[in-house]
This record gives sequence, C-alpha cells and structure tokens, in this order.
Amino acid sequence: MKRIKTLNSATLKKSACKGGCGECQTSCQSACKTSCTVANQKCENEER
Amino acid sequence: MIHTFEMFDKYIALDVNSGCVHELDKLSYDVLNFLDIKGLDPEDDEALFKTVGEFRREYSSEDIAEVIEDLAELKRNDMLWAEDDFVYNDELKKNAPVKAMCLHISHDCNLRCKYCFADEGKYHTDCRELMSAETGKRAMDYLVRNSGSRRNLEVDFFGGEPLMNFEAVKEIVSYARELEKKHDKVFRFTITTNGILLNDDKLDFINREMGNIVLSIDGRKEVNDRVRFRADGTGSYDSIVPAFQKTAESRGQDNYYVRGTFTRYNLDFSKDVLHLADLGFKQISVEPVVCGEETDYSLREQDLPRIFDEYENLVREYVARKKEGRGFNFFHFMIDLDEGPCIIKRVSGCGCGCEYIAVAPNGDVYPCHQFVGSEEYKMGSIYDEGELDRDLRNKFAACNIYSKPDCRDCFAKFFCSGGCVANACLINGSINKPHKLSCEMMRKRVECSLYAKAALAE
Ligand code: SF4
Ligand code: SF4
Ligand code: SF4
Repeated sequence: MKRIKTLNSATLKKSACKGGCGECQTSCQSACKTSCTVANQKCENEER
Repeated sequence: MIHTFEMFDKYIALDVNSGCVHELDKLSYDVLNFLDIKGLDPEDDEALFKTVGEFRREYSSEDIAEVIEDLAELKRNDMLWAEDDFVYNDELKKNAPVKAMCLHISHDCNLRCKYCFADEGKYHTDCRELMSAETGKRAMDYLVRNSGSRRNLEVDFFGGEPLMNFEAVKEIVSYARELEKKHDKVFRFTITTNGILLNDDKLDFINREMGNIVLSIDGRKEVNDRVRFRADGTGSYDSIVPAFQKTAESRGQDNYYVRGTFTRYNLDFSKDVLHLADLGFKQISVEPVVCGEETDYSLREQDLPRIFDEYENLVREYVARKKEGRGFNFFHFMIDLDEGPCIIKRVSGCGCGCEYIAVAPNGDVYPCHQFVGSEEYKMGSIYDEGELDRDLRNKFAACNIYSKPDCRDCFAKFFCSGGCVANACLINGSINKPHKLSCEMMRKRVECSLYAKAALAE
C-alpha cells in the first residue's frame, strides 16, 4: 500500500484463545501505584 | 471503532478492536475520516461516489479510488472497522486466585511529601506503625494458600517508607524463599523507596532478591524539594540523587524505575523527565498527582491543554533521543503493539480486590494500597480463617471495561483497561465512574505512545 503503512498485525482478538492465564505482572506492581497501566506489561505465557 | 489523530507530521489511525495501528498520508487520512464519520462502507460504490464529491477540489478521483480500495482491503482483513465481538466472562475474575500483594511494611515515613496519598505513612489512622516480621510471614502463608495454581507470585514492599523496617523485609523474604521450594511457587519481590536510608548493605540485599525497585524522585531539585522534604523542612534531592544513580548502575540500568509525581506546581513536567534522563536514568516514570481538586497543587481541568503540550514536548524529545542512540524508557510511552498482554488482561484491568490485595501493618486486607485505612473497603484480615468479604470481592471482580459506560466508548480502552478503580471510588464515589481528568491524560499518553511507535518505525 502506497499511502498507508500498518505498524502491527491484528493480534488482539487472537490473544483471547490462549490468554487469561494470569501469570503476568499485576499492573500496579511495576511502577505506577496510581494508575492502571496495562498495555505495557509483558505477557508471560509462552503458549501464546 | 476507529480513532484518528494528527501529531506533528504524522496522521495516525488506531483500529480499536483489532489493535492495528496505521500511519497514513493526508489524503488517506481525510478519506478514512470521511468514510468513518459518514458511516460509509469502503466496499460500497456509494462510498467512492460520495468521497469523490467531497474532495474533488483537493484530490483526483483515481487517487481516491486507490485509497478506498486499500481501506476496503484492510477492512476485509479485520484491520479496520473490526467488530468488538469479544465476550468477557466475569466469573473468570470472581474466582481468580490471589497472586499479588502489596505489603505495607511500614506505616511510617522519614519524609513529609505534600501530596502523599499515604498521609505521610499514617494512612488516615492516628498511628505510625511498622509491620512485624511475624505478620509479614503470615501474609506470605496467606498468599501461597490463596494462590491456587498460579505460580508467579508478586510481593511489593510498600509504605510509608519500607527501608524503615528493613530487618522485617529481610526476614519475610527469606521465609518466602523457603515457601517457594515447598509449594513450587516463584516469588517476585519489588520495593518502593524514597532513598533516604538506602546504603550499600541494603542495596546488596535488594539487588540479590528483588526484581524491581521503584525510586521516588520528582525531577529538578527545586521541584523535588518543594514537595518531597523531611520533617525539618529540608529537601531530599541532594541525598537521594547519588544513591539512586548508584542503584541504577548497580542494576545495569534495568529493572528499576525512578518514579516521580507531577503536580500543578510543575506543569512543565517534561523538563523533570528530561532532567532525570540527563542524570543518567534510563527507566523513568513520572505521573500525574492523584487527589481531589481542592489543594493548590491539584491538577485541574483547565490545566489540560498545558499538560497535553507537555506530553507532546516529551514524546518529541523521547523519539529524538532514541534516534540519537541516547534514549530512555518512559513508563507511560512503552507499548508493545505486537506481543503485549492478551485481551482478557486488557479487559479485566488492574485486578485490585481480586488478584491483587494490600495488607496493612496489622494484617488487615484492602483491595489495593490506595484503599488502605478506609474502613468501608476493609475486606478482612490475613489472620481470618474464612475468606475475604465476598460482596466486596465480587464488586471489584465485576469491574471491567465493559461494566463502565465511559470505557466502552473510549478508544484507549485496550491500553488503559478501565483506569484506576481507587481513583474512581475515592474521587467519584463509584467503582464504575472513572476519574475524568485521569482519562483525558491517559488518552493523550496513548496517542503519544502510538506516535512514538510510528516515528521510531521509520
Ligand atoms: S501472561 Fe499473557 S496470556 Fe497470561 S494473562 Fe498475562 S497477558 Fe494474558
Ligand atoms: S481512559 Fe477512562 S474511559 Fe478510557 S478506558 Fe481508561 S478509564 Fe475508561
Ligand atoms: S485501583 Fe488503582 S491504585 Fe489500585 S491497583 Fe488498581 S490501578 Fe493500582
């Protein structure tokens, strides 16, 4: 595509299948303690 | 749902439900916005006809046709106008085991920071109190007992100032290490400190045992010392900077954060972030103060344009420095577009009151650190045999981005996950009513992060 550059693939929906294992870090444990910041957490699920 | 915005030289579109981010040129940006606002389907002939009519003075019909074909292709591939067909099941969270704990090891502090939500460590009670090692150990037992099949358990030593009770920290960590072996669990410890009591011995222990350390500092000396001072009024900057620099280096500039708060006193907070970067820190988080609007340092709605400009200044410099090879990480601009958290995590939010709990020095349990001391939200005690207050737990478990009308329609929902429930409760009095000012800032940060991704992908 000449005029549109897509930065990533559409993975969000697919992540439902093997997601939800709950092994990743809770957001407030990382740094913030005042805001819910989830998108920057690392996924710990190797099956995904 | 599609969100489009311009920032500096870039035109960006986020397809909310697929998570796809596109960088467009002006023509495709205009066409996309036109179709989206008018509710036109790029696959219908009507779309081409109407778009050509709208833009005939600016763009040629061939160019428009080409763009519409591209948009149609993205749509067919579920990368634009993707449906929100995710079905979230509340029960998942209701029955989720506890896996993360904030341990309030010290309700005492050697600083008197103005904006402290912990009320200088006292948490709105009349006493300054330290947690005994015994209570800490029972809390570890409690966590293991209630963690079900979860293997990774997180414990944050929090305060007040945790280093004021460091002997207890050490005892609790070594006790937890014994439990690890017995129960096949992995404990990940973190600690948050103001740095006044940080010395080599403590640092050695922390570097050995803790996966993350959060170092509180607000930025420039005058900014920091105006709000972060000792009981005698002297500022903390001069003594903590060298200690924090040493800490950061000793951890290889990773697995730590310098963590600041900005208030109405420093609306030019991008300078504070850059100051921290200039001091050599590579992992930085500076966040808006959270409080009602009644104090002179509270952020107000009228400050938003200024704050938005600051986030833009910051992201521009953030990108420039990364490109020059002297970048730093800013917590709120870090987004992993490809392998970030799964959608279930994004929908369910911070886990407060279910997966995550806070334990006060006397063993009382609250939904998270920000609720500690609030009688209304007390969920029980780690010393209780029975389970935590079911009603409260269910109330928190039922909270997710689909339970909040504001979030359902918000483009940032899969990045933000519904915001801080504590802010919603403590400021708006309802778990399902996010704090508007925080939302505005969150949305701006999401835009800045996406801009940074696009700029760095060049
Ligand atoms: S570890 Fe990954 S899959 Fe599991 S809940 Fe967290 S983000 Fe989802
Ligand atoms: S920014 Fe506000 S409205 Fe949007 S998802 Fe977050 S909490 Fe909800
Ligand atoms: S309610 Fe707010 S402060 Fe508490 S854990 Fe959630 S995001 Fe963090």
